[in-house]
Amino acid sequence: MNWDWEIVNDFMPSFWDGVLVTLQALVLGSLIAFGLGLVWAMAQRAPFAWVRWPVTALTEFVRNTPLLVQLFFLYYVVPEWGPSMSALTTGIIGLGLHYSTYTAEVYRAGIDGVPVGQWEAATALSLPRVRTWVAVILPQAIRRVVPALGNYVIAMLKDSPMIAVIGAMEMLGEAENFSNTTFTTEAYTIVGIAFLVIAYPASLLIRVLERRLALTS
Amino acid sequence: MPSPAENPENVKKTQDTESAEPTVADTSADSADSADSAECRAAGSELVRFDKVTKRFGDVTVLDQLDFRVETGKHVTLIGPSGSGKTTILRLLMTLLTPEEGTIKVDGQYLTHEERDGKLVKPGERHVREVRKKIGMVFQHFNLFPNMRVLRNVMEAPVHVLGLSKDEAEERAKELVELVGLTEHLDKYPSQLSGGQQQRVAIARALAMRPQVLLLDEVTSALDPELVAGVLDVLRDIALSTDITMLVVTHEMSFARDISDAVLMFDKGKIIESGSPEKIFSEPEHDRTKEFLSTVL
Repeated sequence: MNWDWEIVNDFMPSFWDGVLVTLQALVLGSLIAFGLGLVWAMAQRAPFAWVRWPVTALTEFVRNTPLLVQLFFLYYVVPEWGPSMSALTTGIIGLGLHYSTYTAEVYRAGIDGVPVGQWEAATALSLPRVRTWVAVILPQAIRRVVPALGNYVIAMLKDSPMIAVIGAMEMLGEAENFSNTTFTTEAYTIVGIAFLVIAYPASLLIRVLERRLALTS
Repeated sequence: MPSPAENPENVKKTQDTESAEPTVADTSADSADSADSAECRAAGSELVRFDKVTKRFGDVTVLDQLDFRVETGKHVTLIGPSGSGKTTILRLLMTLLTPEEGTIKVDGQYLTHEERDGKLVKPGERHVREVRKKIGMVFQHFNLFPNMRVLRNVMEAPVHVLGLSKDEAEERAKELVELVGLTEHLDKYPSQLSGGQQQRVAIARALAMRPQVLLLDEVTSALDPELVAGVLDVLRDIALSTDITMLVVTHEMSFARDISDAVLMFDKGKIIESGSPEKIFSEPEHDRTKEFLSTVL
């Protein structure tokens, strides 16, 4: 196998475009997954069945169908009767929604892990429901689940190439495009290394967070 | 929500709805010491009142048609073998449990039911919240909020429930933390404190809400033996220096003797004997009481 630095050099402009798209998808997708997941988890503990039931149905549906199908659906089917969005926006929403159903489970476990005595103490002090969640339950629940949430960020990074199928040109999409037009393979190697360079520090960061958050609990 | 002014009427209505139930005068409180209960009545009204309260867990009946009351300012200790329903009474009062039958009133207001158009119905969340503010509880396992420092544990409810300003709440919290002897620990997290210290913070936290009645649920049972005395000393001070009503479940009989105006002996969900601590501890009448006391004293 030949390795041509000239070709690597030629790939760089589109590589950086791809990195930018990957990072946008990862950061924004994670924010959606963290936010929506929390909404699902709290809704599933709502006192009303008419809140719990649809949320359970939606999250089960999303978790049990492939991300790829969801991306196609969001990109090709939704615009027929709903808003039409750019490929990247669709990809971000798709990743965020898909992973929110996993983070919901993580939050649920975290919330269930808060001792029942904490709820009882909040009741005994007459803390309002919202305050109980915000000041007592969530700070303890989230502290416990940060490592697990972080793992889903890395999983999402590794799933991010899927958004290329609807035309959001992230790193791998750019590499494939470049390789197909130049009949070379270097770009794939570069992208493989790039995933590692993003993922490894991220997992180190998660471990640091895990240790720091464990201190006071 | 019935205002205190309407209380006598409410009492009457319970009696109507609950028909032939023996009335206020003739249950636990007067069974033994007339001197003591006369003083109760002089001291004021009843603060806590259970009428025919039944609580079941599945097939097990923990409380069976319990009638029971506590006069304002009195310290009442519940004793009895485990599983006899003592803790259940505190948890019902704190609304951590709901009874299957019967009514509970606190300071003349229904806790379990609310009067609407002359009928008793399930209370709204707001009504329960208002009545519950009159009650504070200290738990066996402290249940401090581990994500908050000592000061904030004590300030949290006064700020967010009573609507005190941060400054007022902080002042109140600091006074109470001083009262329980932990001023130097204000900025620590609960995990940095011993069990006894945590329990003293929990006492301060409950008192910060200025409850009319304080429920103490086996507050020293989870502590290492050498830490028990510190907590009991704090509680003894509070019992003797304030006019707060206390409802205490404990196995610390000497503490019970020191602070109690009345002791109620429970067995199988019923009060089988009641009276002054002197009477219950020195000359119990009931065989079950004698048997129980011989195992704990």
